[in-house]
Amino acid sequence: MNYKWNWGILFEVSPEGKGTYLEMLLSGLMWTLTTAFFAWMIALLLGVTIGVLRTLPSRTGRFVGNAYVELFRNIPLLVQLFLWYFVVPELVPERFGDWLKQLPNAAFYNGVLGVGLFMSARVAEQVRTGIESLPVGQRMASTALGMTTAQTYRYVLMPMVFRIIFPPLTSELLNTIKNTSVALTIGLMELTARARSMQEFSFQVFEAFTVATLLYLFTNMIVTILMRRLEKSIAVPGYLGTSANVVVH
Amino acid sequence: MFSNFDFDVIARSWPYLFKDGMSFTLMLTGLATAAGIVLGTILALMRLSKFVVLQKFATTYVNIIRSLPLVLVIFWFYFLLPYIGQWVLGSERPMAVGAFMSALVTFSLFEAAYFSEIMRAGIQAVPSGQFAAAQALGMRYHQVMGYIVLPQAFRAMTPLLLTQSIILFQDTSLVYVLSLTDFLGAASKVAQRDGRLVEMYIFAALVYFVISFGASMLVKRLQKKIAVR
Repeated sequence: MNYKWNWGILFEVSPEGKGTYLEMLLSGLMWTLTTAFFAWMIALLLGVTIGVLRTLPSRTGRFVGNAYVELFRNIPLLVQLFLWYFVVPELVPERFGDWLKQLPNAAFYNGVLGVGLFMSARVAEQVRTGIESLPVGQRMASTALGMTTAQTYRYVLMPMVFRIIFPPLTSELLNTIKNTSVALTIGLMELTARARSMQEFSFQVFEAFTVATLLYLFTNMIVTILMRRLEKSIAVPGYLGTSANVVVH
Repeated sequence: MFSNFDFDVIARSWPYLFKDGMSFTLMLTGLATAAGIVLGTILALMRLSKFVVLQKFATTYVNIIRSLPLVLVIFWFYFLLPYIGQWVLGSERPMAVGAFMSALVTFSLFEAAYFSEIMRAGIQAVPSGQFAAAQALGMRYHQVMGYIVLPQAFRAMTPLLLTQSIILFQDTSLVYVLSLTDFLGAASKVAQRDGRLVEMYIFAALVYFVISFGASMLVKRLQKKIAVR
């Protein structure tokens, strides 16, 4: 390979004028993490709601929940981001649309919303699987004790479900972080986008991508470790045992 | 809200969208699925082999690929392949790699990591007694795998492999970052040329939805059929 490596490039000032190339990449990582954090909040909130909806006795509830999941699962994330970013501002009333278009950091809001909703369908799928994996007897017993449906979910089913689906939810969280990179297509300057622009400014392709790769691997590791800790701390002693017994998909 | 919709733009660009765009998308999906399953199976066999070096290599590869966003991997290979080509051929300059070739290699290698996880589960689901029995009959490793284990693993995992290929189909839209003319690329080019972003992107979403949803329904049916036997 006659590629000229130059690791010193990382400490040279980037043409953006706000510090070195390394700082540029790190600021990309911050955007990745911020976007992923808010997207994950949306994904969890909506995902749990929709997931529960899909297991309710109500037929309409189940239909709406299933339709939601199929809709967001069968359209590529990139297309969904384009819909939020380019299409929605044109379809809403004109004044609202103009306001949306002029929003500062529009790429960030659209990225959060797009990735959040996309991931919420996947979270909903995990939640449904989790609820359905519980023995039917638990639901019946709660009803027999005179609990309402809401109480059954709140006090009996969900506390167990969250523990059961913790490992797959961890992978969905990691997916959320990875998926924020798709938002570079609507102009979000997250980690991959920064690596790409570093390559365009400096022509040091492989240094830029190597650092970005290491930052992703590092993030992945940290999140995995933290989640495992959290998982252990919320485990019910003697019931599910350690997380090692639960299969991760 | 749909009163000033220009449906004609879709009709006008139909041949471009489907003959150029969709055929690219489907070809990339098909070839990358085939290559991904083959490579994935090899990776799974390496992971389950008794040679520590092979195990370590496959595990590391799968874990690294699965920790990285596809977009980053697409960029990696786009810039790296010319150098790899040069190194393999021993030529003077970095090799010119076509964009399609680059995308195909990327998707094959990337999805191989995901396919390997499915195949590993499939191979492990075959009772180990079968492996032992085959060996007791004097079969060699490639015979045990080729005649006994892999056919069953494939059969059991077909629904999951197909589901993964639907995800791959959706993922191919990301070649947009290389400005390739896949289905979304074609739709996006028409959208920008004619200033019809709303129509084109909604239409693109609809087409992706119909294909993915239809395919996933078929997979569900197949799953039921397999389960009965």
